[in-house]
Order: sequence, then structure tokens, then C-alpha cells
Amino acid sequence: MIDLELTVNGELARVRVEPGARLLDVLRGPLGLPGTKEGCGNGECGACTVLVAGRPVCACLTPAAEVEGLEVLTVEGLVGPGGDLSAVQRAFVEGGGVQCGFCTPGMVMSVHALLERNPDPTPEDVREALTGNLCRCTGYAQIVESALLAARKRREAREGGDRA
Amino acid sequence: MLRLPQLQVARPRTVEEALALLGGEGALPFAGGTDLLPNLKHRLLAPQTLVSLAGVEGLSGVSVDPGGALVIGATTRLHEVAEHPEVRARAPALAMAAGLVASPQIRRMGTLGGNVLLDTRCRYVNQSAFWRKSLGHCLKKDGAVCHVVPGGQKCVAAASNDTAPALLTLGASLTVATAAGTREVPLESLWKPDGVYNRRLAPNELVTAIRVPAQAAGHRGAYLKLRPRESFDFPLLGVAVRVDAAGGVVQSADVVVVALQAVPRRVTGASDELAGKALGTQELEAAIVAVGARAHQQCRPLPNVPGDPDYRREMVPVFVRRALRAAAG
Ligand SMILES: Cc1cc2nc3c(=O)[nH]c(=O)nc-3n(C[C@H](O)[C@H](O)[C@H](O)COP(=O)(O)OP(=O)(O)OC[C@H]3O[C@@H](n4cnc5c(N)ncnc54)[C@H](O)[C@@H]3O)c2cc1C
Ligand code: SF4
Repeated sequence: MIDLELTVNGELARVRVEPGARLLDVLRGPLGLPGTKEGCGNGECGACTVLVAGRPVCACLTPAAEVEGLEVLTVEGLVGPGGDLSAVQRAFVEGGGVQCGFCTPGMVMSVHALLERNPDPTPEDVREALTGNLCRCTGYAQIVESALLAARKRREAREGGDRA
Repeated sequence: MLRLPQLQVARPRTVEEALALLGGEGALPFAGGTDLLPNLKHRLLAPQTLVSLAGVEGLSGVSVDPGGALVIGATTRLHEVAEHPEVRARAPALAMAAGLVASPQIRRMGTLGGNVLLDTRCRYVNQSAFWRKSLGHCLKKDGAVCHVVPGGQKCVAAASNDTAPALLTLGASLTVATAAGTREVPLESLWKPDGVYNRRLAPNELVTAIRVPAQAAGHRGAYLKLRPRESFDFPLLGVAVRVDAAGGVVQSADVVVVALQAVPRRVTGASDELAGKALGTQELEAAIVAVGARAHQQCRPLPNVPGDPDYRREMVPVFVRRALRAAAG
């Protein structure tokens, strides 16, 4: 067993895990964060997408030992202190971007990463950013619309904030 | 569920520390892990220790040396290679190839060094241990037969790395560090026609950088790939081209194809057809068609990777023409 120190959703966590444990195992197991899903387990579906040092990556292909000392952000970390959903999460609910919901956390993380680097994406930018996330309910149209809705809401909030 | 086997992850800080660890038994370099981890989950490899390169100083980043060569650290991620302005300007085929690997997530994990050293792929081997056992194994792992070439004595699993043909057209080399010192390995001599292990590099040697020499004046390049979906998929066929056209007239050209057999394959005669033709002319277009015909004759896809081999073969001239037009256009 090895001892690791990870920063997950802004909090320092200490875990004792098997040396070969994947980030996904640590998140869903000892850290009790089941929002990140295991789909294919092989990097081919994107359901386990989390942000490591701001980069969207597959938690199923990341040994936990590799992220020691780096910031990890999961879908749980998007929720505000009062339990409010983030703009991206709300947009997925309002825009009908969720059907069975299994791919949703990964989709949300990819969209979050996109909006952090490009607050005003075109529909093409959104589709490109989601090419690593599969949805088997075939809800892509509404997922793209939800992402664009999220972008608009975030920009409005920012502009509103600037005025205030 | 695909579980990892028991193993240790070592995290050296310097090249020397990494080399010392790689000297131990059962140790393998671990860069982005996007090739290694699926292969470990499928029990194709059984290392005891993964030597993580992520924390090793000086292995990541793109720079241009005084002679105009691109020096790309081995652990530079594919996303950075694809987006980097110097790579796009000096080696457009490489930027295109890196940008067409897998998915956005995998390109932010996978490295250029790992892509160059990607293991060969085959529909009969990139499967779970249970699946392979049910079929009776094969030459590449645990067996004595080949399911692609019945009666064949040699594994023909395909080189499937998108950046390999691009780097070959660019005359690139690898900087390799070993306990005995550093040496430069031209990519031209890296691969050997053995699908079991197609690199002339010991599994514990460390690539520190990929060097792309300054290209000729008027350099143009492109990389295109055939794949079932526009994301995720390894190439069913990948074509890289170089067209050097100083003053608007082709001086020299090169075409390399990947995902046919264990080594990337150069199409011979491309320069003979294209040299002396001016960009934008009917003569050039006729020469491009002629290069496509040569490629069709020389390249014979095998049923090693997914996709019908006859279809893949018919797509060879199509992709060669498209890539040449993209570079020359
Ligand atoms: C879903 C999916 C889709 C994919 N699609 C594609 C695709 O379309 N095209 C493609 O080309 N690849 C594809 N890949 C494979 C892989 O993601 C890329 O090839 C990637 O560039 C590999 O780099 P890495 O850093 O992750 O390699 P790793 O897995 O870390 O290493 C690969 C090999 O290289 C060795 N190695 C790595 N770095 C060094 C070094 N510096 N010195 C010595 N040895 C080293 C390792 O020991 C290992 O043998 C895909 C993978 C997945 C999971
Ligand atoms: S080419 Fe033959 S020996 Fe090689 S991996 Fe495929 S089936 Fe196995």
C-alpha cells in the first residue's frame, strides 16, 4: 500500500491505496465521490473525465500516484458552497442535456474545461471539445445546446458582476 | 471491469534517477500511459515498476535551436504539439498528425515520445486476456500462430502511431539517454519489421527529445487518416506527405503510409513524379495522381487492424492524393 496526498476539489485528501490504484478508484472509493463514472475503462468513452491541473483527462487511465501534488476537479467540485449547481450543470438540466445521465458528469467536465479556456465558443468549438465524450442515448444536439446555454449564462453573470 | 495488475509507480526527478530505476528488472518508462495502461489492463505486458516521466525535469516543452531545428521534449503532450505555433509553422504535418490522435482527453495525457514508441496493434491482440485465451493466443503474446496470416511465422501487427509517418517525412531523430551516455537515433532506423516488438530500442532506454531538423525553403506538409469515426479511432490508414516547393516549384517530395504492417512504409518515386512541377498547374495534378497510383501498387493493407483490407487498399491512392493536394494547395 502507498500513502498519497491529493488535492481534490480544493481540499487536501490523504489516502492509503494499492500502488497501482487509478485516480478513478480513489475518487469513487476512499474519497466517496461517485460522480465520476467508469464506462469503458479504456479511454474510449470519456465518462470518467476529470480535470487535472485544468486539463480534461480520463481518470480510468491515470494512476493515482501520477496526480500527487496536482489539483483534481471532479463534477462534485463544481457545486457552489451552498449546494447550488454551477452554470454548466444548471444548463444541462434546463437544456435537456441529460437523458440516462451516465455520460453527463464527463460531458459537464469537458464543457467546464472548454468554457474556462474559451468563454465564447462557437457550436463547432463545443462539438470539437466533446469529441472525447460518448453519449449512448444519442442526445448530442441537446448537449451542445446546453453547453452554449451555459456559455451564455456564464458571460451574462460575468457582465452582470462587472456592472455591480 | 478492466483492472490494473499489481505494480509500483516510481517518480524520479532527474534523467539520471530515471535511468537508474529503468536499470532495475521489470521496469518500463511511463509517459502519458495511454498506450501502456490499456495494454496492462489487457495483460499484454507485465512490468513490476512503471517509471513515471511526468516529474522528470527537462523532458517537456518545445524549443527551436539556433540552426532552426525543432526540439520537442519527449513528454510534451500531443495537444501542445498540435497547437504550438512553431510546430505548426515548421512541421505542419506533425501538428496535423498530433491533432488527429484519439480524443481531446487522450491528447492531453499522451505524449509525443509515447506516440513514437507506441506498441503495434492488431485486432487479435488488443483484446482482453480472456478474449485472447478463448481464441488460442498468437505469436505476439503467449501463442505460436498468427490469425492474420495463417501459417505465418512473423507477427504483422501494425504500426499505428499517427505521428510516425509525419516525423519520417521530416527526417526527425530521437535523442536517447542510456547509462552509457546519449545518442541520436534517426527515425529512419528506429523501426524493424517485427510486430511483436518493432523498435530498435531496448524497453528501458529513455527518449529525452524528438528533433525535427530545419526543413528546406518552401516546405509544406500534411497528414490525413482514414478512421471509422472522426474521433477516438486509431488509423485504418495514415498518410503523411512532404512537398518542398521553393519559388512555387516542387523541388522534392516524400510520402509515408502507416497502419499497413509493423513499420511505416515509404512510397518510392514520389519525388521523381513531383519534382519540377509548378504549384497550381495541371502537370502537378497529373503527377499527384501518378503518385497515388504508385502508392496503390506498393501498399497492401493486411487484415491486422479493423476495417476491410480491400477497402483500405482502395483508400490508399485517395488519401495520398488528398494529402498531396492539401500540402500543395
Ligand atoms: C481510446 C484511445 C484512442 C487512441 N487513439 C490513437 C490514435 O488515433 N492514434 C495514435 O497514434 N494513438 C492512439 N492512441 C494511443 C496513445 O494514446 C498515443 O499513441 C499516445 O501518444 C501514447 O503516448 P503516451 O505518452 O500515453 O505513451 P505511454 O503509454 O506512456 O508509453 C507508450 C510506450 O512508449 C514507452 N515510452 C513512453 N515514453 C518514453 C520515453 N520518453 N522513453 C522511452 N520509452 C518511452 C512506454 O514504455 C511504452 O512502451 C489511443 C489510445 C486510446 C486509449
Ligand atoms: S499479426 Fe498475427 S501474431 Fe501479430 S498480433 Fe496479429 S494475430 Fe497476433
